[in-house]
Amino acid sequence: MAVDISAREYTTIREAAGPLIVVEGVEGISYGEVVKIVTPSGEEKTGQVLEASKGLAVVQVFEGTSGIDTSKTRVRFTGDIMRISVSQDMVGRFFDGLGRPIDGGPEVIPEDRLSVIGAAINPTARDYPREFIQTGISTIDGMNTLVRGQKLPIFSGAGMPHNALAAQIARQAKVLTTGEPFSVVFAAMGITHEEASFFMRDFERTGAIERIVAFLNLADDPAIERVITPRMALTTAEFLAYEYDMHILVILTDMTNYCEALREISAAREEVPGRRGYPGYMYTDLSMNYERAGRIRGRKGTITQIPILSMPDDDITHPIPDLTGYITEGQFVLSRDLHRRGMYPPVDVLPSLSRLMDEGIGPERTREDHAGVSNQLYAGYAEGRDMRDLVAVVGEEALTSRDRKFLEFADEFEKRFVTQSRNEDRSIEETLNLGWDLLATLPEGELKRIDEHIIKKYHPKYRKARLK
Amino acid sequence: MGEEGIIAKITGPLVVADKMRGCEMYEVIRVGEEGLMGETIRLDGDFAYIQVYEDTTGLKPGEPVIRTKAPLSVELGPGILKNFYDGVQRPLESIRNKVGDYVKRGVYVDALDRSKKWEFTSSANAEEGKEIVGGDILGEVQETKVIKHKILVPPGLRGTLLELKEGQFTVDESIARIQTDGEDMELKLMQKWPVRKGRPYKEKLDPEVPLLTGQRINDTFFPIAKGGTGAIPGGFGTGKTVMQHQLARWADAQVIVYIGCGERGNEMTEVLEDFPKLIDPYSGETLMERSTLIANTSNMPVAAREASIYTGITLAEYYRDMGYDVAIQADSTSRWAEALREISGRLEEMPGEEGYPAYLATRLADFYERAGRVKTLCSDSEERMGSVTVVGAVSPPGGDFSEPVTQNTLRVVGDFWALDSSLADRRHFPAISWLRSYSLYLGSLREWFAKSAAPDYMEQREEMMGLLQKEAELQEIVQLVGADALPARERGTLEVARMIREDFLQQNAYHEIDSFCSLEKQYLMAKIILQWYDGAMEAIESGIGVEKLERMRIKDAIARMKYVPSEGFKAKYDEIMKDMKDEFEEIKRKEES
Repeated sequence: MAVDISAREYTTIREAAGPLIVVEGVEGISYGEVVKIVTPSGEEKTGQVLEASKGLAVVQVFEGTSGIDTSKTRVRFTGDIMRISVSQDMVGRFFDGLGRPIDGGPEVIPEDRLSVIGAAINPTARDYPREFIQTGISTIDGMNTLVRGQKLPIFSGAGMPHNALAAQIARQAKVLTTGEPFSVVFAAMGITHEEASFFMRDFERTGAIERIVAFLNLADDPAIERVITPRMALTTAEFLAYEYDMHILVILTDMTNYCEALREISAAREEVPGRRGYPGYMYTDLSMNYERAGRIRGRKGTITQIPILSMPDDDITHPIPDLTGYITEGQFVLSRDLHRRGMYPPVDVLPSLSRLMDEGIGPERTREDHAGVSNQLYAGYAEGRDMRDLVAVVGEEALTSRDRKFLEFADEFEKRFVTQSRNEDRSIEETLNLGWDLLATLPEGELKRIDEHIIKKYHPKYRKARLK
Repeated sequence: MGEEGIIAKITGPLVVADKMRGCEMYEVIRVGEEGLMGETIRLDGDFAYIQVYEDTTGLKPGEPVIRTKAPLSVELGPGILKNFYDGVQRPLESIRNKVGDYVKRGVYVDALDRSKKWEFTSSANAEEGKEIVGGDILGEVQETKVIKHKILVPPGLRGTLLELKEGQFTVDESIARIQTDGEDMELKLMQKWPVRKGRPYKEKLDPEVPLLTGQRINDTFFPIAKGGTGAIPGGFGTGKTVMQHQLARWADAQVIVYIGCGERGNEMTEVLEDFPKLIDPYSGETLMERSTLIANTSNMPVAAREASIYTGITLAEYYRDMGYDVAIQADSTSRWAEALREISGRLEEMPGEEGYPAYLATRLADFYERAGRVKTLCSDSEERMGSVTVVGAVSPPGGDFSEPVTQNTLRVVGDFWALDSSLADRRHFPAISWLRSYSLYLGSLREWFAKSAAPDYMEQREEMMGLLQKEAELQEIVQLVGADALPARERGTLEVARMIREDFLQQNAYHEIDSFCSLEKQYLMAKIILQWYDGAMEAIESGIGVEKLERMRIKDAIARMKYVPSEGFKAKYDEIMKDMKDEFEEIKRKEES
């Protein structure tokens, strides 16, 4: 395009408010265009056009507007949309929230420069995710199975071990049939230095660091930058998955901070707020990140996403977990109650869910009894939990012997099935057998969720009888 | 003259264009150099506010906008079925062939294939020289294995049929000529219709026939009528989408329009993979033969999401006009409402409740009112009936039903299938709450059930419903004193209520057999459970301990009866009834001795 570059630099900032600046007298700018800003002190900032009208542009400044004035600050419109330089050499490297290297290494020599706003995958081009990922964690593998290409968030709360769980998944995750490990694209948004270094140490300790690309926007980094960080990470993930056939696990933490940044921009723009001050388009905005997980027909690589979000006040109906749950294919919910009782991982299986589980399990993928065992464990545990509430009111004596069995079952389930150590990598066989051991404590007639021939084949009672 | 304006402002999916005086509301506009598709939604002096159906990144103020002088319309003709469209009826498969795996903007593809030739046979009734009116059948095309696509005279036309051809035609070749008001006019296999305007019909009829779904809780407890409307509200993870898929799979409609509105990409892929494989229990062919899918996933442009609902219902009305029973699944109407909210916010309109525009209720009512069982438009001699049944999923934030979309939907729909997250948590699926849900069609469908299903069908339903109500009351007492403290009769009631819940209401969508349950099987299953109840009550009367009844062997058979195929279930029924009788007698004998 024949645009006079010098004409596209302006010093005509009319207004600066919160993360936004309004530039007037501009010409030929486009919606979504990237803007470079140089403050009087020489500091360089990056921004993006949020609203373009004749002679006027509203720009969001990722690094915040401090230092910007309305007379000397120069604003240059680059004529290009937000892009990231991608290359296979990014693996093993660390970047800031806008994709600039922070590990002291050289700039990435780009193989391509990709728009960070991913286009929607055509639903006819998608391949339905159905390859079982063994994470080695019973509550996940056994009851909320993760499959390759799925987006499955961890709903947590302040002070709970979601980071440890995410790191354990990243470390242990593998596809059973091929045993291939995952490469990790890690995007941190507003987490503390300590949290970030926990991940890095863990990745380093296990050698995973060789297979990782990290984008770090920490708590003291500019807040507005966070709205772009996951897009940087996902664009990189797509490049590696679809150009280099890699299997990518994307960890996004903490999505709550991302949403706060969205809200900040929205408030500065004086938009009509939706629930709790979050913008009405937050659902669409989140989906444009989450929906980038998946598999595409005819391409080998895959993108599996594990976003982490901390629920404000452990409230699952808060807009952030709520909208996330409507987009993602299930959720792992951590329970403060289990955590308080010292159980790790404190996954509460009842509100947890994996929507893609049914396709990922069964004969040839895991084992033929998987669905039945999982359903029965659910039903049994739910019933046991009900009994627990009942006992609190009427005392254990008032229970029938059947009810007491379920009460014990729930306790054992938490102690033996849910609880495991931070380094324990249980195979799916172990998980299912453990499930059977627990189910065997219930009367056989209560196992209504399992087909009869499966009971005959796997129930410890019959297995032992056969061994004799 | 007023045919081309220029962009004045761009903010997200909303573009404001200048020099647009004379432009109409809801007119389709081509925006920018790339000619992105949009629609005017507000006029203000020289300015037109345009919602754009494609990503607006990179648009510049000053770029041209061009009026098309036509409202947003869909193409109606053979080729709709087995197709897979985006929110404004662009075939996704063709988009993929053209631009690859991602949906890119500025792509033009015809909704109906222009090159494909269809075999057109003229109707015996349509003779040359005959007077015809809108809605009359000119002939038909075998569109899929199961659907004969009737070629209709477009609504509003009246005239004399001059010529009617037969043979192989593409959708935009002339198949007939008519004279209307002294002018000759060509008719084609394809016609167009603006999506925001309901297609006309002669008369709306009362909903008297149920739309059977093969789902026990829907058919037996809260049936929906052909031409009725239903809502499935539920928080995430309660199974809205599975429910919608089940209805699309097993409903006894002849044509299915499935609208994935702002939902997950993988869910649409699942439908795409499943439908060509699953067998329709009514026709014996695959489900794809009777279905058309509209997908505007959550990350596709938000304005097209708003349009997708209208695109879907217009396609449905068109098949209704041919005399078919059509069912629409819209998943999810909340995402559609959010699209309205987003656009409304960008227009800086005064918000109503929770930021939704004040016209949300009207728009929802307009949409659901397009459902109905009707006498279609046509000459009096050819009277036809068709129906459009609409089921919308609603995704209330935080699962809270008091929010505006749920509440405004409930004001207009006839069926309320309330999904309950506590049921979903314990994997009771479908997680429809029997205490909160209702059907306003029970009265009008009563006669049909008595005549076509079984004379005591509704009585059985009421008995089961009564038992579940009773259970809810008893549960409150159990919460206080424990089940042991209840008298035997009440414990018997709790037991049978549990059987109704677990052995009747729970239905496994993923189980090959249980996924679909014929009405006859539903009736017999209910009969078995109620028979057990009668037997149990009788036994309790004669002093037999309730524990003995709770441990009966027959209960295992009852628990597993759902896995017995619908075909030939009668034999199983006879066997269970006999065994049950024997076991009750055996208990009685033991007790006496």
